[in-house]
Amino acid sequence: MALLEVDDVVVQFGGVTAVDHASFTVEPGQITGLIGPNGAGKTTCFNVITGLQKPTKGHVRFAGKDITSLPVHRRSRRGMARTFQRLEAFGSLTVRENVKVALDIHRGAKGLLQRSATDVDELLERVGVAIYADERADSVPTGAARLLELARCLAGDPKLLLLDEPSSGLDESETDAFGELLQELTREGKAILMVEHDMDLVMGVCDDIHVLDFGKVIASGKPADIRTNPAVQKAYLGYSDVDEVDGVSARELVDETRTDLTPVGVGVGDDAPTTTIPPVQEDLR
Amino acid sequence: MSSLLSFTILGIFSGAAYAIAASGLVLTYTTTRVFNIAHGAFGMVLSFVFWDFSQRQGLPTWLSLILVLFVVAPAFGFFVQRVMTRGLGEAPVAVSLVVTVGLFVGLIGLAQQIWPPESRSLPFFFPESGVQIGEVYVTAHQLITIALSIVVAAGLYVLLNRTRVGTAMRASVDNPELLKLYGGKPSQVAALSWAIGSSLAALAGILLTPVIGLDYFELTLLVISAYAAAMLGRLKSLPLTFVGAMGLGLLQSYAVAYLPSEGAFAGVRAVVPALFLFVVIVAMPQAQLRIGQVKGIVSAPVPTLQRSIGWGLSLIVAMAIVTLALSDANLLLAGTAATYAMVMLSLVLLTGYGGHVSLAQFTFAGVGALAYAKLDSPNLLGLLLAALVAAGVGALVALPVLRLTGLYLALSTLAFGVLMDKLVFQASFAFGFNGSLPAEPMSVLGIAITEPRVYVLVMVIFFVLMAVGLLALRRGRLGRVLIAMRDSPAACGTLGLDMRWFRVALFGISAGMAGLAGALFAGLRGTIAATDFQLFASLPLLLLAVVCGVTSVTGAAAGGIFLMMLPVLQSNYPGLAGLAFAVIGFGAVALGRDPNGLANLGFKLGNRIRALVGPQLGSILPDRSGQGGARRRSGRDAEPEESLDVSDESYATSGVGAQEEVISGGSARG
Repeated sequence: MALLEVDDVVVQFGGVTAVDHASFTVEPGQITGLIGPNGAGKTTCFNVITGLQKPTKGHVRFAGKDITSLPVHRRSRRGMARTFQRLEAFGSLTVRENVKVALDIHRGAKGLLQRSATDVDELLERVGVAIYADERADSVPTGAARLLELARCLAGDPKLLLLDEPSSGLDESETDAFGELLQELTREGKAILMVEHDMDLVMGVCDDIHVLDFGKVIASGKPADIRTNPAVQKAYLGYSDVDEVDGVSARELVDETRTDLTPVGVGVGDDAPTTTIPPVQEDLR
Repeated sequence: MSSLLSFTILGIFSGAAYAIAASGLVLTYTTTRVFNIAHGAFGMVLSFVFWDFSQRQGLPTWLSLILVLFVVAPAFGFFVQRVMTRGLGEAPVAVSLVVTVGLFVGLIGLAQQIWPPESRSLPFFFPESGVQIGEVYVTAHQLITIALSIVVAAGLYVLLNRTRVGTAMRASVDNPELLKLYGGKPSQVAALSWAIGSSLAALAGILLTPVIGLDYFELTLLVISAYAAAMLGRLKSLPLTFVGAMGLGLLQSYAVAYLPSEGAFAGVRAVVPALFLFVVIVAMPQAQLRIGQVKGIVSAPVPTLQRSIGWGLSLIVAMAIVTLALSDANLLLAGTAATYAMVMLSLVLLTGYGGHVSLAQFTFAGVGALAYAKLDSPNLLGLLLAALVAAGVGALVALPVLRLTGLYLALSTLAFGVLMDKLVFQASFAFGFNGSLPAEPMSVLGIAITEPRVYVLVMVIFFVLMAVGLLALRRGRLGRVLIAMRDSPAACGTLGLDMRWFRVALFGISAGMAGLAGALFAGLRGTIAATDFQLFASLPLLLLAVVCGVTSVTGAAAGGIFLMMLPVLQSNYPGLAGLAFAVIGFGAVALGRDPNGLANLGFKLGNRIRALVGPQLGSILPDRSGQGGARRRSGRDAEPEESLDVSDESYATSGVGAQEEVISGGSARG
């Protein structure tokens, strides 16, 4: 049985439909990717799943129970935790204190009587931000702050982790280490739903991938299927493999120049408005 | 029947004026996300300007009106937006509230300074003219007001829906950054909307002045009606705002007409707008958690337990020596300063650590004082009970707005303050109308403390106890969670924290601290009255707390002393009474963006000095050796308190650089 079921969810903001009858599932013990161009409704889906956004229509089920009407904190207590695309670290506190707060919240009133500092440092070590432990969270690099948010999630020992662009701000080797950490977490039985723009990471670690475009799920499947899916390529690049020029597919041309499927002409995340227009576009016309 | 009709027309007249004021408020809020608490103060100052032009300088009425509405008011609004409130929309709500409260207080001070108190009046427009409708006579002034409200409504509709700049205004509501990318100029749009908002405030003020008089406070508090109307439209919808304004105007008029002028309901007539505001806020739908990190703000260092006890003991000893030299009058002032400092401590908890703003903290002190006087058991138990009563009332105020945050919570405290001021404190079961109550000085363990000097020392001891307790809380788990809730409610929610009861408890404890201060104050003074705890006094309190540093105990102590000196200064130099308010108000406008305040500057200076002379000093003094007393040290668990303030220069003004985002239309996708 699926751990998380997003069932026919619609989110409208005024006249804009951000999520349009989206349905997908997350299986226990697996890494599921949620990808799509910017503005496809990925973060809105996260907000609906975690309860920060009421859906206009549709249901969210977690571990078989309908949680659509539960408030944010009660969903979390059932075993889900998330990170944020726009950082939500507790800036006035140190990195270590951030994780301590998460542990305190997880343990609740009973936890006030217990004391254990070792868990905190283990967690920091595990995600790789131990060197920043005593720095204020608003002074560490973006990548470290994202990892800190992951550590904070892990403090609650959730069944499901929702990670919103976790690798942005990490360099290549850090991303590799991060990918290994994710796989290690799934071996412990955790399920992961991940919004991510780094296609190498997504294709490398995900068991399943769902692709959103204009709020609709346009494809679901294994990484290999998604890679060759014409609808996905069209959504990302504006054209697909099918349009071959002189026997060379667009996909191959793109692969020569860039390795990640950054949406055409749109920045990654909100902090790096890099406009990347693949040079192939000219050749095709 | 004719009386019903005439009261209806009166109600529509007030409603029309409220609608004009409220639509200005909505316009500025929607385009810049800054809720202008000082909107009424704008109207008040500009009404004074109109009086100055038309009455004092004798310009023709029409010319004065044109000058005020189309030159002075827009220029004023433009100036305020450009110089004072720019970029506040992205700051935490607590910061934007403090800055606009600063404007509020500063403008009242400025008006008192420029136009010292004397009786002034503005005539009605065309006082001789009017229309007879059946048995009811409608004055020209009323007709003009109603007509103008329709003109304003139509004008705003056309502006927002039919013009380019209006489109830009609506766009900037959703996403100023995006508007910038598309070639719009959000800063110009913001300045324009403040200019228009200021004109509308002026118009409403000028229209209402002949009815309620040219009074600094009445005109300023008129804004509560505007808040209430605007809240009905959820600060977004102009049509609903107009409905709210008209409904409020009628309700108020009927209350005057049909509620008995004697007895329990007498006070209700004066508080209809505040009641209306309270009801509308309570009926607001659940607020969604804000997403988007607010940069860490609290950067005042937290001393160790040993250190805070050491400082506390030194303070007590120092006061024991200083009070020897003080006259009885000065002892009273010292006690007053201690009271204010304790009330400010309650703000350190609520605003400094918790990030919530109370605009009526003195009212809670008043509740404590009232309970102490009424309980008539002047001992530690009575004191504790008084504090508990205040805490209960504080929790009750926060309870109905459990689901709401920030702005709405602050406004509900304002409504609460007005209710207490005009309804409860004046009632016969409380202080009575313009009355006062006797209060016995407290006795400890059966010994009455009648000597003022000892009483003051007891108050200082209470301040120290509260401060040490507060710092212990801050160092502990609860304090950490409190700061976390302030920095990111969304993260706390998704980590599984139910913040609602925390918020109620926070309000309750803070109100209890203020109540305790009020009860001690009652014992000090011997006689207390409603005027000791007026709502308006809470505003300079909040401002001085922030200016001095609302994130630290030191700031509270300094703020208490400054606030005590304020009336002393004013009575010694009556000519500068208004100026003192203006300085505090505009000081808060300038410094309000950094709630760590002057105290933190002091800490930084201290650190620099310590860094210079520290090495030599360190060899003599065993520094910070007693940390183990506060916490079992397990190597890595030692929290780096000192490191907080070593690197904090970069956060000092970080309130401005905060990013936040409300999930609403603007961030629809992604």
